[in-house]
Amino acid sequence: MQVTVEVFRYDPDTDESRFDTFIKEVDPKDRVLDVMMAIKDEDDGTIAFRKSCAHGVCGSCAMEINGLNRLACQVLIQDLKSKRIHIRPIKGMKVLRDLIVDMEAFFAGLEKVKPYFIPGEPAPAAEYHQSVKDRAVFDETTKCIMCGSCTTSCPSFRWFNREFVGPAAFVKAHRFIFDSRDGGNEERLGVLDDKNGLWRCHSIYNCTDACPREIDITKAIGDLKRYTVIHR
Amino acid sequence: MVHKFDAIVVGAGGAGLRCALELSQHNFNVAVLSKLYPVRSHTGAAQGGVGAALGNEEPDSPEWHFFDTVKGSDYLGDQDAIEIMCEDAIETVLELEHFGLPFSRTPDGKIAQRPFGGHTSNFGEAPVKRACYAADRTGHMILHTLYEQCVKNQVRFFNEFYVLDLIVEGETCQGVIAYDLATGEVNVFQAKATMLATGGHGRAFSITSNAHTYTGDGMAICFRRGIPMEDMEFVQFHPTGMRKLGILVSEAARGEGGILRNREDLDNIGTGKDGFMAAIAPTIKDLAPRDVVSRAMYNEIKEGRGIAGTGDPGSDYLYLDLVHLGADTINTQLPDISHFARTYLAVEPIKEPIPVQPTTHYAMGGIPTDVEGRVLWDAKNKPVPGLYAAGEVACVSVHGANRLGTNSLVDIIVFGRRGGKDMVRYLQETEFSRMTGEPDAFIRGEIDRLQNGGGKEQVVDIRTNMQKVMMVECGVYRTKESLTKARDAIMELRQRYQQVSVADKRACFNTELMEAIELGFLLDSAWTIAESALIRNESRGAHSREDFPERDDENWLKHTFIHYVEDGKVKFDYKPVTITKFQPKPRVY
Repeated sequence: MQVTVEVFRYDPDTDESRFDTFIKEVDPKDRVLDVMMAIKDEDDGTIAFRKSCAHGVCGSCAMEINGLNRLACQVLIQDLKSKRIHIRPIKGMKVLRDLIVDMEAFFAGLEKVKPYFIPGEPAPAAEYHQSVKDRAVFDETTKCIMCGSCTTSCPSFRWFNREFVGPAAFVKAHRFIFDSRDGGNEERLGVLDDKNGLWRCHSIYNCTDACPREIDITKAIGDLKRYTVIHR
Repeated sequence: MVHKFDAIVVGAGGAGLRCALELSQHNFNVAVLSKLYPVRSHTGAAQGGVGAALGNEEPDSPEWHFFDTVKGSDYLGDQDAIEIMCEDAIETVLELEHFGLPFSRTPDGKIAQRPFGGHTSNFGEAPVKRACYAADRTGHMILHTLYEQCVKNQVRFFNEFYVLDLIVEGETCQGVIAYDLATGEVNVFQAKATMLATGGHGRAFSITSNAHTYTGDGMAICFRRGIPMEDMEFVQFHPTGMRKLGILVSEAARGEGGILRNREDLDNIGTGKDGFMAAIAPTIKDLAPRDVVSRAMYNEIKEGRGIAGTGDPGSDYLYLDLVHLGADTINTQLPDISHFARTYLAVEPIKEPIPVQPTTHYAMGGIPTDVEGRVLWDAKNKPVPGLYAAGEVACVSVHGANRLGTNSLVDIIVFGRRGGKDMVRYLQETEFSRMTGEPDAFIRGEIDRLQNGGGKEQVVDIRTNMQKVMMVECGVYRTKESLTKARDAIMELRQRYQQVSVADKRACFNTELMEAIELGFLLDSAWTIAESALIRNESRGAHSREDFPERDDENWLKHTFIHYVEDGKVKFDYKPVTITKFQPKPRVY
């Protein structure tokens, strides 16, 4: 089938942006990433975008595809149900070139919630004990690949000029706060209960829709809100 | 720009991060350079588990793990190194758990374990539950846990810095040259010790489970500086890649009870009855090691029992049947691969089998090192002072001619950690040496040629040709004829590569230039793989020569070291295999 692909271009040397249009013959089962690579190989080698694993586990190729944040390697052409494919960089981050945005700020922002294991008690000789039930509580949020799709789809994040901690950081916080082995919750509560913390989330569900790992992020944020209120 | 650090780690997958974490615990000034962001590294794609004889589910011992790894390697692995790996695995895995890694759990709250290909109890008696797992995203959890701990220890990261060369003065490594993708600036990183942990070269082949960025960078960088490559002929083809795409379906699927089926076996889908592997490996059936299963699949297809029945291993496929496992097991133990099957193949694994074919998966060969991760100049174990390598880029050799499932994750955490510990020792004993000349002049010249050379060759043409020829002529089965064809084709492509130039002239994120550089590195891997495969006149592990179908211990129980002489010319020397406990025997499963 034939599709029309419109790709956002930004040239940092001239500070100019535009959309380039390409008509491509594709297989409906091709990934959007395959089509992007075909454009780069066959039509215009100067298009810049990130890619790596090509099957939805590394998080490199997050972009806005037909208005929604998606991994280009996880969306098949047939899923789009449209012959027009409109591709932009994810929003809310500085565009460096074409579809490549500055991710340094995103990763630095995550660090606010202390996104690492802080042991609750000294390590035993063997493993920490954790029941199957306790392990299941935070299973979903361990899936996060830090692609940034959730945070950059969040209107609150964009409105508050990145001051808002944002959904990805909450997912990381959830993964540790509800881990029965972790003892760092008091250190994390301040950031979560701050004016730029959890309460800027108004349950818009963009993050949940955007997550390529199918994490129910809005629910995870709800869990954190409840936890924060109870433990104030 | 010139930077100076005590130690540089190149690559931010499991091996690199484990090493950086070790160094950061000793308060050395460490920088991690990666052409990606750390959490994008390919360790994150590893699914099924990390092997360690914890014995949480049933009796196990590191000695059994040791034996299985030796046998799996078709007796080419060095037994001193394998013994160390299997023993270190236990404390290293427990340490990961102490770093917070969320392993799946047994009913009594311990790290859960599952069976995996080639892992047995009591020296081959029956499959054993040895793979410690976090659902089917074990690599993802290792990668993220190590990254988190590095963040906690304030390790300095240079993200999207692409390392293109080593600084070698005399015989000592003094650091690396890195290209900053965001600015196009060439940076000099001086260091007393450098760890290379850049992964494998799967993208030299057309069908692969490997990331686009898996382009053999570290191997080529060393090879060009006169460091040999060890055992490059051994490339693993994983039995269950998704048809046409090559995306990995973890061996954990067969660990949980999945069965491979051919076209004569379609009535047994969902019954749990044995498939064709039962005749080939009567004891462990579908859990035979990967080389055995991939060859069996190739033969099934060749003899017309593929699902399409065309007899063409390039396009025909088989089925991986999980239906009898039931929705619960599939959804809780194998959630990611089920999701892949639904997304990419529109197959519901609870109800229908997954179409699979062998996919290029893992480089057993690479930069030669000793058990402390020190890189070697030659087959006589002479170290390169200041240079270390660990993980898939390295060849210790613990995997020999064929790696067992789960042992790649064992390798990265054990040898990333050991390398880090030895670097600590080395840093304490060593002063900075003086850098002379312009260490970045060569790389600046290379970049200038690719950007302004005016040649007419296209990266995509050369890359596509290379991948096709490697897959067809240097794949599961090989002959002198096919390998000669591959070698000659690669030599011609290398000539054409000299005429590559890129259209993109910009400095900021010139991804076209990056792909051209990656192709240059891949052509070095492809060349050394073909040359090494051509010289090894026997079949062992993943290297199957139709013209030499038997293993030849008399002549070939040794490691291949390939050295760069000049373009188009290599020389070989050999290193005997270290055998301590297990004498080579016929490999029956």
